Amino acid sequence: MDKKKKNILRNNGLQSLIASLVCILLGLFVGFLALLIINAGGAWDAIVAVTKNFLYYPSVPAQLKYLGSTLVKAAPLLMCSLSVLFAYKVGLFNIGAAGQYVAGAGACLYLALGPKLPWYVCLLGAVAAAAIVGGISGILKAYCNVNEVISCIMLNWIGLYTVNMLLTNVKEPTSPYTVTLANGNEGAIMPTLGLDKLFTNNRYVTIAIPLSVIVAIIIWILLEKTKLGYELKATGMNKHAAKYCGMKEKRNIILTMVIAGGLAGMGAGFFYLSGLEQWMCTQTSVPAMGFNGIAAAFLGGLNPIGAIFSSYFIQHITNGGAYVDKSLYCAQISDFISSMIIYLCGFVFFFKLCMNRFLDKREERKAGQKGGEA
Amino acid sequence: MLLLIQYTLIFASVLLLVALGGCFSEHSGVINIGLEGIMVMGALGGALMMKYIPAGLPAIAIILLVILASALAGLVYSLLLAVAAINFKADQTLVGTAMNLLGTAAATVMVRAINSAENADNVSSSIQYIEQKKAFLVNIGGFEFNWFMLVAAVALAVSYVVLYKTRFGLRLQACGEHPQAADSVGINVYKMRYAGVLISGVLGGLGGIVYITAGVSEWKFENGVAGFGFLALAVMIFGQWKPIRIALAALLFGLFRALSNVYSGFDFLASLQIPGSVYNMLPYIISLIVLTFTSSKSRAPKAEGIPYDKGQR
Repeated sequence: MDKKKKNILRNNGLQSLIASLVCILLGLFVGFLALLIINAGGAWDAIVAVTKNFLYYPSVPAQLKYLGSTLVKAAPLLMCSLSVLFAYKVGLFNIGAAGQYVAGAGACLYLALGPKLPWYVCLLGAVAAAAIVGGISGILKAYCNVNEVISCIMLNWIGLYTVNMLLTNVKEPTSPYTVTLANGNEGAIMPTLGLDKLFTNNRYVTIAIPLSVIVAIIIWILLEKTKLGYELKATGMNKHAAKYCGMKEKRNIILTMVIAGGLAGMGAGFFYLSGLEQWMCTQTSVPAMGFNGIAAAFLGGLNPIGAIFSSYFIQHITNGGAYVDKSLYCAQISDFISSMIIYLCGFVFFFKLCMNRFLDKREERKAGQKGGEA
Repeated sequence: MLLLIQYTLIFASVLLLVALGGCFSEHSGVINIGLEGIMVMGALGGALMMKYIPAGLPAIAIILLVILASALAGLVYSLLLAVAAINFKADQTLVGTAMNLLGTAAATVMVRAINSAENADNVSSSIQYIEQKKAFLVNIGGFEFNWFMLVAAVALAVSYVVLYKTRFGLRLQACGEHPQAADSVGINVYKMRYAGVLISGVLGGLGGIVYITAGVSEWKFENGVAGFGFLALAVMIFGQWKPIRIALAALLFGLFRALSNVYSGFDFLASLQIPGSVYNMLPYIISLIVLTFTSSKSRAPKAEGIPYDKGQR
């Protein structure tokens, strides 16, 4: 009996879950404090609004519709977080998910609006472009020993400016935004297969959402159940040992970054090919999606299945920010909360350490008591 | 031409200050990806000081107060990194990334709260400082000299001396190269790393205020600092973690940044028909290429990014 209980609390997965929940609660609490400081009266309502998101609407059809809107953005976020966690499992910090996402966005929008290709070609284009960008970081890491964090940061900005230039060719003549897919090329919008009906005719709900979950499961299988996944993780643990065992460690590093890039690029395809938003060609900052992917990856305990829930949660509160009382607060409060949660994710290791110490102590005490009885 | 020099020098000052900050942090063994966020916070501190400073103070008092406010804001904000990375052994890249996101979000929330408290209709995230900004500028025959250029030069000289000629600097570098060895001869690694991160906070904060006063007289905090913190990281690596080389790299990168602002004023550059984005992109491309050829014998501090654990050997 005792032994069983110990096993459950010592379970790594459960500990990750508890640590993530602690991060979320602490993050929300800090957000609440910030709201209190700004205006004490409406703080509770505001934090409730952020956590309720679409439940703000009384009628079920409206709730479903806005749940759909959250899901549309959660799917690309999930892809970005998969990209980050996949690389992290192989010992690489893919801060370049943001730049790979940008490359994917550029490729899919250009293919959709320039040569007017159908959606599946655009999606593949996005994956390919982003995989190349990821691959550059991988090659530089493998052959020239360039730290992947630094090369990724450089590529983020190079990608942003390149995509701005590229998409200027397909933008609206009077605004800085690209032509909407509905006007420019309807064939490039991802099919809904009737999913939109489920969400009160929210036409942005496409097959991207189920696809992203499927990809998450594939990534889990790849990492946990295949030889390739095992080799990649081994390379991440110790490059030299992997080489010694006859694994192609350079190929593994490059392959990892290519896959990670492809995932982020697919996320960009999922987002921009839903037709929800257009690219702003005068953008001066890298879209936050890739960085939020880092948040979702760590909040999900670096597990692909965990990432499904954490991505949804982060997008849930980000969208929830739109429902705070605008006369008192601004929508960025949810960015504040989610970045606070990412910061706290840095302490997960410490939380786990505390938990284990607590368990150790309790066991010691019990052992001591037993010893006393005997 | 004068305009180009002026912009080059001011952008170079920003990059130099922030890159020196990164240099201190990394020499102590902590990677500071969060410089971008620290810059935003420093800029916020300085901008708020300029907003609330009573009019009519002598220019020197304004300059000192603003510098103090931004340095302090940067210092306090960098504590977030110091505590997480040094005491709690958190992943430094993760914490830095979080700080970048948090900096922009927190600054926007704060400025909006302040703006809307003053005037319920004002939901912008901008702070204006047209009058106060004049304190920093001295016109020398068409060339707008900015006192911050001097501050940057002083920071360079001081950093060089501190890093190479003082006991503190050499100990700091030891903690970034081999903390266990440093500890074994009685250096408190934790203290040294705190010092490194906090100095980077001060310099990063200063860089932030210089950046937002460089060309404009109001700043929209929603935009953060548009990647300058990352550019400064590039400058630091390009300068191989050495102050003098960092200064040269800052000048080079500053020149490119300035070109993107004023290239249309030069006939031969305008006739090339290169879009502004290319000039914006050039510093990043160059540093990537340089990294490709220099990284195999990189001069990066050896222990950077690895949390120091006393029990480890």
